[in-house]
Amino acid sequence: MIRKKKCVAMLLAGGQGSRLYALTNNIAKPAVSFGGKYRIIDFPLSNCVNSGIDTVGVLTQYQPLILNGYIGNGQPWDLDRAFGGVRILSPYQGKNSSDWYKGTANAIYQNLRFINQYNPDYVLILSGDHIYKMNYALMLNYHILNGADCTIAAINVPMKEASRFGILNTNPDGSIYEFEEKPKKPKSTLASMGIYIFSTQKLCKYLEEDSLNPKSSNDFGKDILPRMLAQGEKMMAYEFEGYWKDVGTIDSLFEANMDLLGDNPKFDVTDNAWKIQSRSPLAPPHYIGDSAKTDNSIIMSGCEIFGTIENSILASDVTVKKGAIIRNSIIMSDVIIEEDAVVEYSIIDENTVIGKGAKIGEDKSSKKGITVLSRNIKVDAGATVEGGAIIDKNVTKGGN
Amino acid sequence: MRAVGIIFSNIHDHNVPELVRVRTLGSIPFGGRYRLIDFPLSNMVNSGIDTVGIITKSNYQSLMDHVGSGKDWDLARKDGGVIILPPYGDTESSSLYTSRLEALKGITSFLFRADEEYVVMTDCDAVCRINFSEVIEQHIRNHADITLVYKKLHKDEYKEKSATTFDIKDGRIINVNYKEKLHEEICNVFTNVFVMKKSLLQSIVMDSISHNKRYFMGDVIAANLDSMKIMAYEHKGFYAGITSLQAYYDSNMKMLDHDIRNEIFGDRSVFTKIRDSAPTKYGNSAIVKNSMIADGCVIEGEVENSIIFRNVKVARGTVVKNSIIMQNTVLGENCTLNCIITDKNVVITDKKVLSGSENHPFYIGKGIMI
Repeated sequence: MIRKKKCVAMLLAGGQGSRLYALTNNIAKPAVSFGGKYRIIDFPLSNCVNSGIDTVGVLTQYQPLILNGYIGNGQPWDLDRAFGGVRILSPYQGKNSSDWYKGTANAIYQNLRFINQYNPDYVLILSGDHIYKMNYALMLNYHILNGADCTIAAINVPMKEASRFGILNTNPDGSIYEFEEKPKKPKSTLASMGIYIFSTQKLCKYLEEDSLNPKSSNDFGKDILPRMLAQGEKMMAYEFEGYWKDVGTIDSLFEANMDLLGDNPKFDVTDNAWKIQSRSPLAPPHYIGDSAKTDNSIIMSGCEIFGTIENSILASDVTVKKGAIIRNSIIMSDVIIEEDAVVEYSIIDENTVIGKGAKIGEDKSSKKGITVLSRNIKVDAGATVEGGAIIDKNVTKGGN
Repeated sequence: MRAVGIIFSNIHDHNVPELVRVRTLGSIPFGGRYRLIDFPLSNMVNSGIDTVGIITKSNYQSLMDHVGSGKDWDLARKDGGVIILPPYGDTESSSLYTSRLEALKGITSFLFRADEEYVVMTDCDAVCRINFSEVIEQHIRNHADITLVYKKLHKDEYKEKSATTFDIKDGRIINVNYKEKLHEEICNVFTNVFVMKKSLLQSIVMDSISHNKRYFMGDVIAANLDSMKIMAYEHKGFYAGITSLQAYYDSNMKMLDHDIRNEIFGDRSVFTKIRDSAPTKYGNSAIVKNSMIADGCVIEGEVENSIIFRNVKVARGTVVKNSIIMQNTVLGENCTLNCIITDKNVVITDKKVLSGSENHPFYIGKGIMI
C-alpha cells in the first residue's frame, strides 16, 4: 500500500502585511500576536488539526525568523508527525533557477514536490491572515460530493463592503459562473475567503501551465482561478457561516481582538470542542495587586497588574504599575507600563516600555484613530504620543 | 559534574492525606498552574541534570499524565531524559516498598544503567529553588561521602509537631534528630535532598539488601556519622515544606508575596506541563485584589487574597477570600467562600456560604458538588 494523505494543506504565510505598519517591521503577518495568547497563524493551523488535516506546508518568505521559531516542530498543534506534520517551506535555490515566491500560485508551484510526497487527492490552500474557526473537513466533503475541481470558501459580506473583496457570482446550485476582483458594482455579496480546495491533478495542471506563461502574475485570485473558470472546470462556492475576519489592517486587527471581549463575545476562543492551540509561554499565573482594577478585559499568565485595566487585552508577562491606566487597548507580551502612565485606544507591541506618567493615544471618541507602538521601543517618562500616531522608535519627552 | 536525579514522588504522602487520596504528593496542584513535582524536576533541569528517575508507589496515574514524555521539562531525550519508575513487583516479594531504601532496591537497574558519577535524590514535599550543581560542587570541595541539604527554620515558623533536624559542627553533621520535636530556637531542618556518588549509593543499596536494612536516615545516615563524612549544605533561599494541609495552604498564600513569587517564578524557569487554555477573562463586575489567577478563568465576582487555578469560573455576586480554588472549579452566583481549598472539578451551586479559618482551612474534595 502506498502511504498517502487524503488532503494536504498549504498555508501562505509569506505576506509582508505592510498595512499593519509598525507591527510587521520585522515579523511576518501570520506571526502577529492576537487575543493575548495567540498568533494569527494559530487559527488556520488549529483549524487544520481540528479538521483532521495533519500535513501542512507553511510557505514563508518575509521576515520568517519569529514565525519559524514559533512553529518549530509543530508540537503545540500536535503536528510533530513521523509522516506528515507541519513543514516550513521557504524559497530555495534550484539547479536551473532560484526565485523568491513571485505570487501565491508560484509559491505553491515551487513546492509541488512537497505536495507530491504525500500523494494527496486534494490540496487545501489557506492564507495566514484570517481569524476564524472553520471545519475544513465539511468543505472537503462538499467539494467531493459536488465532484468539483476547485471549491472556494465564501462568506456573505454587507453590500457596502462587497467592493473590497473578491466576489463570487454563483448559480443556484452553488457553482461559480463569474469571479470579480473588487468589483465597483458587485452583483453578489458572496466574498472569497481566500480558502481553496483543489483536486490535486487539476491544481498541478494549472500551476504548470501558469508557470510557463510569462505574462502571468502567478496569483491564485488573478490568474489560476479565472483561467480554470474559462476552461470550464467545475468550480463551487462553499458558503461559510460564522465569524471570519481578515486582519490585514490595524483597524480590523484591533476590532477582531475586541470581538473577544464581553459576556457574549462575537468570537469565542474558549470553546473546548474547537480548541485553538498555540505555543504557550512558560509563566506563572498572573497576579492582580491590591490597587488594581480589572474591567471587561482579558489577561494572560505572567502579568503583574497594579493599575487599572478596562476593555483591554493583555498578553503574557505584561507589567502594569500602580496608577497606570490601560483603556480600550491591546498590550502584547513583555510590555512594561510604569506608574501613572495612561494608554488609550492603542496597540503596544512586544517588549516596549512606557515610562512613568507617559500619555499614549487618545480616546476613541477623538476620532484620531488607533495609536500603534512597535516592539522593543522605549517611551520616556512624561512623554506624549498623540492619538493615531504610528511609532517605531524611542519617544523622548517633548519630541514625538 | 554530571549527576543523575532521583525524585521520590510518594514518600511523604501521609503529610496531606486529603490531597493524595487521588494522586501522589508529587502531583498535588500548587500555585495556580503547577504541581509539586515541577519544583524538584525543574531544579534538576536548571542544575544541568538531564537523566531523572521518578520513583512512584501508588496512585501515580495523574503523575504519569503530568510528566508524560518529559518534553515540557526538555527531558524527552534519546540519551537520558525522565523515566517514571513504578514499583517493581516480582513473584517472590509482591508487597510494596515501605521505605526510601526499599524503594531504591527496586531501581537498581536504573542506577546501574546511568553513567553519571553523582546522584541527587530529592522528594516532592517542598516548594523551593535549589541549585543542585552548587550542592555537588560543595560536596566535591568537602571531599564528602554524603551531603544533605538543610534549611534553617525558626521554631515558630515550623508549625508541625516533628521534623528531622541536624546538629552541625564545621559543616559536618554530628547528630541526627529523627522526627523529633523542634528543641532549638532555630533548627537545621532536613530538606530531603541527598547528594553522593552514584557508586556509593549503589553499594549502600546492595549492603542494605544483604543486611536487611530499611531506613536511609536511621540505618545509613545516623549509623555512619563517624565512619562516613556526612556534610551539610545550607539552602538559603525560600523554602516551604508541604508538611500538612495547613502548610500547603500557607505555602500557596506565600506566593502572593511579591518577593517570594519573584524568587520562585521570576526567571520563568519552573517548568510544568503545558495545557492550552484561553486567556482569563474579567467581566464588568469583577473585583480582584492580591490574587494569583491562572489562564482559562472567567471572573465575574470578587476575588481577594486567593490562588485561582486554570479554568475556574467565579460567577457574579460571588466573593472568594483567602482561598485556593483548583482547576475546573465552578462557583455559582452569590456564594461566599473564605479560607476554602477546593480540589479539582468542584461545583459550588448558587448562594452557598462556606468558611474555614486561616488556621484551619476547609477542604472540599475532588469532584464534589455542594
